[in-house]
Order: sequence, then C-alpha cells, then structure tokens
Amino acid sequence: MLTLDHLSLTLGAFRLEADLTVPGPGVTAIIGASGSGKSTLLAAIAGFLAPVSGRILWNGQDMATLAPGDRPLTMLFQDQNLFPHLSARKNVALGLSPALRLTAAEWARVDEAMARIGLGGLENRLPAQLSGGQQARVALARVLLRARPLLLLDETFGGLGPALKEEMLDLVARLSAETAATVLLVSHDPDDARRIAPQTILVADGQAQPPVATADLLANPPPGLRRYLGT
Amino acid sequence: MMKSHVSTLMIAGLLTATSAVAEEKPVLTVHTYDSFASEWGPGPAVEKGFEATCGCDLKYVTAGDGAALLSRVIMEGGRTKADVVLGLDMNLMAQAAESGLFTDHGLGDVKYTMPVAWDDPVFVPFDWGYFAFVYDKTKVKDVPTDFKALAASPLKIIIEDPRSSTPGLGLLLWVKSAYGAGAAQIWKDLADNIVTVTPGWSEAYGLFLKGEADMVLSYTTSPAYHLIAEKDDTKAAAPFTEGHYLQVEVAAKVASAREGDLADRFLAYVTSPEFQAVIPETNWMYPAITPASGLPDGFQSLVAPAKALVYPAGEAKKIRDEALGEWQAALGR
Amino acid sequence: MASRARPLRPGVWGVGGGWVAAAALLLLTLGTTAAVLWRAGAAPLPGAADWVAVRFTVMQAAASAAISAALAIPVARALARRSFPGRGLLISLMGAPFLLPGIVAVIGILHVFGRSGWISQLLGRFGLPPLEIYGPVGVVLAHVFFNLPLAVRLILQGWRDIPAERFRLAASLGFRSRDINRLLEWPMLRAILPGVVLAIFLICLTSFVVALTLGGGPRATTVELAIYQAFRFDFDPGHAAMLGVVQFALCLGATLVALWVTAPTGFGAGLDRPLRVWAASGPLARLVDAAILAAAAAFLLAPLLAVLLAGLPALTRIPASLGQAALRSVVMAGLSASMTLGLTLALAHAALSRGLAGRLAEAAGMLTLAASPLVMGTGLFLLLYPIMDPTSAALPVTVVVNAAMAVPFSLRVLLPSLREVDADYGRLSESLGIRGWTRLRLVTLPRLRRPIGFAAGLAAALAMGDLGVIALFGNPDQPTLPLEVFRLMGAYRTEAAAAGAVLLLALSFGLFWICDTWGRNADA
Repeated sequence: MLTLDHLSLTLGAFRLEADLTVPGPGVTAIIGASGSGKSTLLAAIAGFLAPVSGRILWNGQDMATLAPGDRPLTMLFQDQNLFPHLSARKNVALGLSPALRLTAAEWARVDEAMARIGLGGLENRLPAQLSGGQQARVALARVLLRARPLLLLDETFGGLGPALKEEMLDLVARLSAETAATVLLVSHDPDDARRIAPQTILVADGQAQPPVATADLLANPPPGLRRYLGT
Repeated sequence: MMKSHVSTLMIAGLLTATSAVAEEKPVLTVHTYDSFASEWGPGPAVEKGFEATCGCDLKYVTAGDGAALLSRVIMEGGRTKADVVLGLDMNLMAQAAESGLFTDHGLGDVKYTMPVAWDDPVFVPFDWGYFAFVYDKTKVKDVPTDFKALAASPLKIIIEDPRSSTPGLGLLLWVKSAYGAGAAQIWKDLADNIVTVTPGWSEAYGLFLKGEADMVLSYTTSPAYHLIAEKDDTKAAAPFTEGHYLQVEVAAKVASAREGDLADRFLAYVTSPEFQAVIPETNWMYPAITPASGLPDGFQSLVAPAKALVYPAGEAKKIRDEALGEWQAALGR
Repeated sequence: MASRARPLRPGVWGVGGGWVAAAALLLLTLGTTAAVLWRAGAAPLPGAADWVAVRFTVMQAAASAAISAALAIPVARALARRSFPGRGLLISLMGAPFLLPGIVAVIGILHVFGRSGWISQLLGRFGLPPLEIYGPVGVVLAHVFFNLPLAVRLILQGWRDIPAERFRLAASLGFRSRDINRLLEWPMLRAILPGVVLAIFLICLTSFVVALTLGGGPRATTVELAIYQAFRFDFDPGHAAMLGVVQFALCLGATLVALWVTAPTGFGAGLDRPLRVWAASGPLARLVDAAILAAAAAFLLAPLLAVLLAGLPALTRIPASLGQAALRSVVMAGLSASMTLGLTLALAHAALSRGLAGRLAEAAGMLTLAASPLVMGTGLFLLLYPIMDPTSAALPVTVVVNAAMAVPFSLRVLLPSLREVDADYGRLSESLGIRGWTRLRLVTLPRLRRPIGFAAGLAAALAMGDLGVIALFGNPDQPTLPLEVFRLMGAYRTEAAAAGAVLLLALSFGLFWICDTWGRNADA
C-alpha cells in the first residue's frame, strides 16, 4: 500500500499536491495531460526529487531516508533503461546484484527469467543489437528479478508500436499478478489504463486525485480530463 | 603476487636514491650546476679523483645553472646540507658574499693563470673563459672585428636573455664595459642583427648549429669542442678589438658545512693539477691553473683576446640593472 | 514533464574524493605560492614592466587560443564525418605535437619554418629571402602547432557526443548541411568551445621556452619570464610570488568568462550507433574535407618528420645512460598518469554537484594550468625542505607535479562525458542501487572508456616529455629522459640530443597511442 500523505512537490515554478492512497497489489494508471506532473510524481516516489512537505509511505513506512536504489520499488523510465555497454544478460543481472557479482545459481535465475520473458538466445547481445520490443523485455526481465513490491512505469512503452505496446502491457499485468506487485503506470494514453489498470489516478491542475475506477473515470470524465481527452 | 612484488621493487628502485649501500664513510655534499655533474661534464672524473684520496663519499646536488644554484642555496639558508658550492660566477659573487653563507677558503697563495689577478679570500676560481661570437668559417667570410662592425654587417646573430642565462648577462656587461654610455646605441644598432633571444645557452647554440643564424653568443673555447670531439675545424670565435668579457667560475666553502675539513680538502683539490686537467675537455673552459703538461691540442688554435674586460664583483651587481634597462629599451622598441 | 529533477544527494564520490583532490591541487598551486610569499616576507606591487609583460602574455595567449580553436573546428568536423583507411592512425598522429617537449617542438618548427628551414630553402631557390617567423607571429604559430591537436581532439569528442540518432533524425527531416550546422553542431560547439579556448589560453599563459625562443627579444616578455627574472636575476622571490598571483588572477578571470559563456548541450543519450552524417556526402564536401585534413596533417606532421630525420642518423650511437633514463621516465609517466586519472575522476564527480561547489571543483582542476612551474617548484622546495631531503624526493615530487599538471587536460576531456553519463544513466543507476565504487566500475568507467584512454595517454605523454620540477630538486644520479636530452644539448652533443629527442618523441607518442587505442577500441 502506497500512501502519499499531504505531499507537496515543486520543480521550478511548477507545483503538485497529492494526498492519496494506492491499495495494492494490482495496476493503477496515472493519466493526465503532457506537463501535468505525472513524471514528477513518479520521480518523487522513486526518490529522485525531495518533497517540499508531506511524506511518501510504503506500508506505513516513510521512505524519505531511503536512497532510490534502496526503496522497495523498481522504476522503468521513458528511455535509457539499459546500459548500452552491457550485454542483455548483464543488464538483467543487475536486478540481482548491482555490483554484478552473482553466484552460479543466480546466473541460472537470470537465464531462466530471460527465457521466461521471451529473450532466450539473445543473452549476449548488446542493447543496440536488439529491437525496441526486445529492449523492453530485457528491462522487464530485470524487474522480475528485482522482485520489489512496487513497480513504476514512466511512459515506458511509449516508443513501441500499438501491438507491441499492448503485448508489453499484458506482460506487465501478468507479472504484477504473478508476483503480487503494485504497479503505477504513467501514460498519456487512456487506452493503456483501460487495458490493464482497474483504477486510475488523474493528475490535473496541480493535483493528483485519489484513484477511482478506470471505467467510471473514462465514462464520466471530470472537466480536467475532458479537456485532455478532447471529448 | 610474486610478480607484482618484483615490479613494486623495481619502481621503488627507480624512484629512490641509491642510498641503500650502507657505508660509514663521511659524505661531502657539493652543490653544483647540472652540466658540471652530468655524465658529460667534469663531475664524474672529479668525484673519482677526490674519492680516491679523501676516504669519503662525494655527492653532487644539482641546480639548473649558476643562478639557480645560488638561488637554491639562499633558499636553504643556514640549514643547507651543502659543504661546498661550486659553479657560481663573478656576476653572482657579490650576491653570494652578501648572503653571508660562505666562509674563507684559507688556501694561501695559489698561482692562477688567469687574465685577472685573483686574491679573493672566499671564492676559489676553478675555470674561466671569454664570451665570444662563434661562427661557421665556411659560411661567414667577412668576420666583424668589433660590435660596431657587427651591427653594421648584415650578419644575423642569436643571443641569450640576460635575465635567464649566464652568457646573456655576460654579453650585457661586455657591451657596457666596452662602451659605457654608448652601450645603448650599440644595442639599438644591433637590434636588426638579432634573430632571436633565447632563454639559455643550449637553445641558442642548438639554433645556431641548425643554421638559424650566422653567429651565436658563446665562448672563445667553443670551437675547441668541435675540433677535438668532432674533428670539425669549421667553427671559430670572432676576436673583437674592444676586448672580450671574462667569465670566471668559482667554488666556495659553506660556513655551516658539516664536513668542514673535507670541504677544505676539496677546495685544495679544486686547485690541484688533477682537477684542473679535467676541465678543458669536459667543461670546455680554460682551467684556472694551466697544468704543467699544457692545454690539450686544439686549445692552442683558439683566439686569444688582446684585452680582458671584467667588472669587479661588487660593481657588476650595481651596473647590471642599468645595463638591462638600456637593453630592454633598445630591443623592446 | 521531462523533468530532470535535482538528485536527493550527490554521488558518494563527489563528496570525499573530490574535495581531497581539490585540496591537493590547491596546496600545489596556491599553497606553494603562499610558501614563496611567506619566505620572501614582502611582495612589491607589480610595476610598469610587469604590466607590459602581462599585456603581451594575454595578447599572445588569446590570439593563440582563438586561432587554434578556429582552425580546429573544420579539422574536427572533417574527421568526425569521414571514414577512410588510416583515420585512426591519423587522429593519433595529429595529436603528437601536443606531447612534445617545448624545445623539441620549437626545433621541429624551425626545421620547417625557420630561416634555414624547408620553406626558406625552397624560397631561396627562387631568389626569395628566407621566412622571418621570429616575433609574435612565431610565438602564435608555435602555440597553434602545439595546441591545434588538443583543440581538434576536444572538439572531435564533442561531435562524438552528439548521438548518431540525432544525425539520423536530421537526415530523415531532410536537413541540409546548414541546418545540421545550426541545430546540432552549433549548440555542441557553444558548449565545447569555451572550455577549449580556455584550456589553450591557460597553456599559453605560462609559455616560456616557446615564447622566448621564437619571440625575438624582450618585446616578447611573458609573465613566466618575468618570474624567472625575479628569481634568478633579481633574487627577489617576493616579486616572483606576486607575479605568480597575477597569473592566477588571469586564470581565474579567464575561467569565469569561460564558465559564463558555456551552455550545456542536453543532447541526451544514444545507443552507441556509429556516427554517419548523411547530409554531407556530396563530392564537393568530400573534396573540401580531404583538403582540410591534408593541410592540417602537413602542418602538424612536417615538423615531427623533421625532428625524426634530424635524430635518426645518431640513433644507433645513442648514449647508454639514455636507456636507463628512458625506463625511469616511462615508469614515472605511468605512475603520473594513474594519479592524474584518480585526481580527475574524483574532481569531475565533485564538479557534477550543482551550484558553487561544483564550479569550485572545476576551477580547482584548471588551476595548475595557471601555476608557474618555477613558483610551484620553488614553493614545494620550501615546503619540503624542513621535513625531508628534497634531493631524494626529486622523482616522487616530479611524478606528483606532472600528475597535477595534466589534470586540467584530463578534466576537460572527462568532465563533459561524465556529465552526459550522469544525465543519461545517473537515475537508472540510482534506481538499481548501483552506487559508489560499483557505479564507477560498472557504469562510469566503461561509458567513459574512450575519454579515459585519451586522458590517460595525454597525461602519460605529458609526464614523459615534461622537464618538470626535477631540475629544481637536483638529483644528478637519476635523470629523466627529458633532463638527459637537455643535458646533451648543454654539453655540445647536439646530434645525440637530436637522437634523444626522437627517443623521447617515440616513447611519449607510444604511451599516448597505447592508452588512446585502448580507449578507442570501445567501439570495436
């Protein structure tokens, strides 16, 4: 359970408030117009941006003192999720050991995770030698191994084609279900939310609203969302 | 593991002084300029010769040139480890005497064979030479016989900067002692002959040998090197009728010397025939006392200036600032 | 919201190591100057002659920096967008002049441009008078010869740092050469050039042998010569230290200007695809690039060739002691280069932190460029003398000083790349908990392999060729190779010295080439 307790963020002149709870596990979408502050919210949860005031709690525990890597979460960015100089296998292995010191058994788990996610045979490729979809899978294989209870996706599949994107979203949903993870999915596409997120947080006018059922939200959009959806 | 050990030792060996040999012999520390102590200078022969009789270990500590040498000893002050300083010249003597760091040599009456009388109680001369313009006989036919002729000629010369080099300062005092108040005019007339002014003798001589100029400021003894070491008789020094400025290089005992007796013995060695015989073909200067066997073949063919110009040590110090001002004004344009 | 938020805390490296490195450099530069001042007891204010020297120094340094940087742009551009056999070798070779000891470079230049040089000989055939390069022209010419390679390499690095994806995008948008120029290349140059100009300006600020030998007389009096005069002619260390302070002030002023006009690029990361510029593949563009490269190569390589030709005949008769000295110098260069990399990486991480602290760390890294070698050596001597025998410390001190002297160059090479790595992979690393030494090992060093190889090669070669402070500390039994070459020159042994210079050139370049090739193999 993720709680944003009277959270206030600023970035330059931009300001965002949030006071809400995300129950887990399951996928919760965060939607809003470009520049509304979706990514800023995620950056704060991940630990890249210190709040001006308020707290970010995971299962009741304040995360303020934890460095990004020590938080009970994994984050996937818009791009740059892989190190170009490391093979796919090593990129995945970072999920088990940030120092890349793995036991034989752990390497076996890496290979297993890669096989499971459809990367068998591509272990030793460098990211530049992989397609966009394959790169996304490498990142997801790492998520699997990190096995953190919270997963943050920041428009991660924005660069993929529709079919591929849907495939990845389904993969995320599957992983979330299998590992009982809580997923926060930032997207500008309401269809993404509709596809895998039962509930959605709307970010608009400097406010992150508490999550509501996605179907209801999209069926009866409030003014802020309506403007964005163009309906 | 073993391998890294060996390489560590090797590095340590290369970087630290080879003082590992445990010897109980007293060490005489002689501060000198680098080219004296180098493989090609008098240093190695002098060290061998003195150590054969002194029962001591002679150790050189070096500085770039005479001025750097004095500057270092002054910086070290009373705590200097030097027992003897060897390689100052007359232009540095006044400064050195003022520092109060040096003491009398107590050598008694030594018969120097130098163009000037010498009775300084502190500084022991070990060699001397005349500054002169050196040229290539095959290239320069109309050799100027004085500064005025040089200035009037189309010849190109390279000189050293008086602010950073001994010969450069020597030339400054040469012109001043020959022309007095007329020195400024000589420099103005020379300006169009001067190709460039180098920081030190090495650069100037190197450029001359490369052919960048017709003449270079060096010593009357320079052709001896080419003649003796390279069997090349094309280089010559141009005799000037004004006379030539004299450089005398000296050694002195440090007042705070730990090995005072050894220092005294070393200064006596400096005036010995053995030391003096080493000088001509290593330092390429005239020995302060001509050895009984005479000078090496090749030195006889050198030009012998009719007149030696020199300021007494105290006076040189007073005059050089004024002379430098004239030099800068004339060449600075 | 493409937010590039402030990190919660600076990298672990930036805090400890960076400040230690900065403190060490401050001690070596300002600390040594203070030691000289303290010893002198008093420092006169600069007089009229000093200001003349300052003016000449600044003018020649500014002209040298501007011309070097301006000429380097087309050369770097041609190298960035052309691939041809031997390109790698050409890039390496063209870097060589920067690595030459001053006097060797001067002699090389004179072999070509001097009164008896190749060009003058050619002119003589047609009854024309020889070239007269002595004077400000010669000083600038030599400085450009020296520094053009550095400028080319730094700017070339800038071109490499524009991800290939951006050029691909440009090609897909139908950009013409002019558009690429304005939208991709100019912003990169805006970010890189101030640092390049600054570095060269500062190098030329402390120029001594080059400025004096080619300067033609007292008109070409630099501040460094005035410092020499104060120490060696006037025995006035206070005056020397004061002039040292003037040099630092000039350095500080120039650094502030450069920081002020520097703009970040913000190109973001790419996926390491090889660079290819689509727009400039017409035959005319090819011809122009070929001509530029040929001219640059001729200008930079002819003097090197001359040095080689002059030294080769005597190479077989090289004195045995030179071998010992060469081995010693190689080991020392290796140690120096490692130390340079350590200092630079620590400093660069500190420079990543925003605000004043980061800028201070960056400025500390440039400081050794403005330090007068003579003041630094004298100050070190004064500081060490009470604690130890300076003579036995001569080699370690030389290693340390040479390491510090190379920091400004390696920092210029590494910092922009480190900034990019931090911007591109900082968050990813943080989010995966890759921190501290692990981050250095897994992310930073591999991503920086190319600039690290270049910086290490630069540091090693500079350490190899630099006479440094060894002459001041005076240990005659353990000469380095440059000292031995200088000694040969001072002992009339011009031929042996020329051979020694070839050995020095070969070793400097060899060290550089090994490190640089290792770095450039990052692509392979």
